[in-house]
Amino acid sequence: MSLLNYFKKSKPNTAQLAKERLQILVAHERTQRNQPSYLPELQKELMAVIKKYVQVNQDDISINYESDDEQETLELNIVLPDNV
Amino acid sequence: MARIIVVTSGKGGVGKTTTSAAIAMGLAKKGHKTAVIDFDVGLRNLDLILGCERRVVYDFVNVINGEATLNQALIKDKRCDKLFVLPASQTRDKDALTVEGVGKVLKELKKTFKYIVCDSPAGIERGAHLAMYFADDAFVVTNPEVSSVRDSDRMLGILSSKSQRAEKSETPIKEYLLLTRYNPARVKLGEMLSVDDVQDILSLHLLGVIPESQAVLNASNSGTPVILDEASDAGQSYSDIVDRYLGEDKPHRFIDEEKKGLFGRLFRS
Repeated sequence: MSLLNYFKKSKPNTAQLAKERLQILVAHERTQRNQPSYLPELQKELMAVIKKYVQVNQDDISINYESDDEQETLELNIVLPDNV
Repeated sequence: MARIIVVTSGKGGVGKTTTSAAIAMGLAKKGHKTAVIDFDVGLRNLDLILGCERRVVYDFVNVINGEATLNQALIKDKRCDKLFVLPASQTRDKDALTVEGVGKVLKELKKTFKYIVCDSPAGIERGAHLAMYFADDAFVVTNPEVSSVRDSDRMLGILSSKSQRAEKSETPIKEYLLLTRYNPARVKLGEMLSVDDVQDILSLHLLGVIPESQAVLNASNSGTPVILDEASDAGQSYSDIVDRYLGEDKPHRFIDEEKKGLFGRLFRS
């Protein structure tokens, strides 16, 4: 069996793929981990308020939380529909 | 001063109980009075790995509820008189463990034991939370495999935010990486994450690599902690880990593939 393997074409490096996928995922999950726990609730309530006045889809509203040593930023981005 | 070690991982089946049994026995064999506690309420297994399943009379929950004293529940190991086991309860009551109850038992153990090893259940539920809550050191057991690495990272987040040390803003829990079921041959072929890959992702201090080994199943079959199989690769690897934890400087082994002769290479199945 291993003699056969010797002549086979080299297989794709799946370990490298695993590492790349994990690096992206873990980085993403770590930023989420540091977010305040009230964020999902806040997002939901803001959405409800905005929808009272403007017809927007869920995808048109994005909330971003970022923090570094000096400051924390809460960014709210609403894409308004064209016909307003 | 006693130290509490939690053996944790998030994911199941990576070798937490095997590791708990091995390092507890290793520390005890070095002359340190050591207790090892099974936190997996409802799915007790540490007793089986340590070969004392038929000597269980009282368990962790009995002690917490005051139905037995700690001395009644602790099982003294027959091979090493410095090692004591506190088995988990087989109750199905998920709320059997409480922060106060666990804290009380650990406080009492700290009076007479040097090391207290907490074998965490899988998952991030109550048992896993309580196993790490009072810890001074964490052994994060990880397999070189995507789901295990991800769960370990999740566990690291919990260790740094939900432990008593975190809540009281004390020195954080010391975290160590134990990479288990490592297969250097597959790493070489690019089929398995390497030690360096896993360390790049988790950025943890590597305490040791335990190779995928037939000795582990043989050890659990017979209820002998694998560290007592001194001829085996896994046994030696766990011995190194205990030495390193106790401050000895030992080079890492079992990371590279064993050199095989031409015959070995041709006829390996």
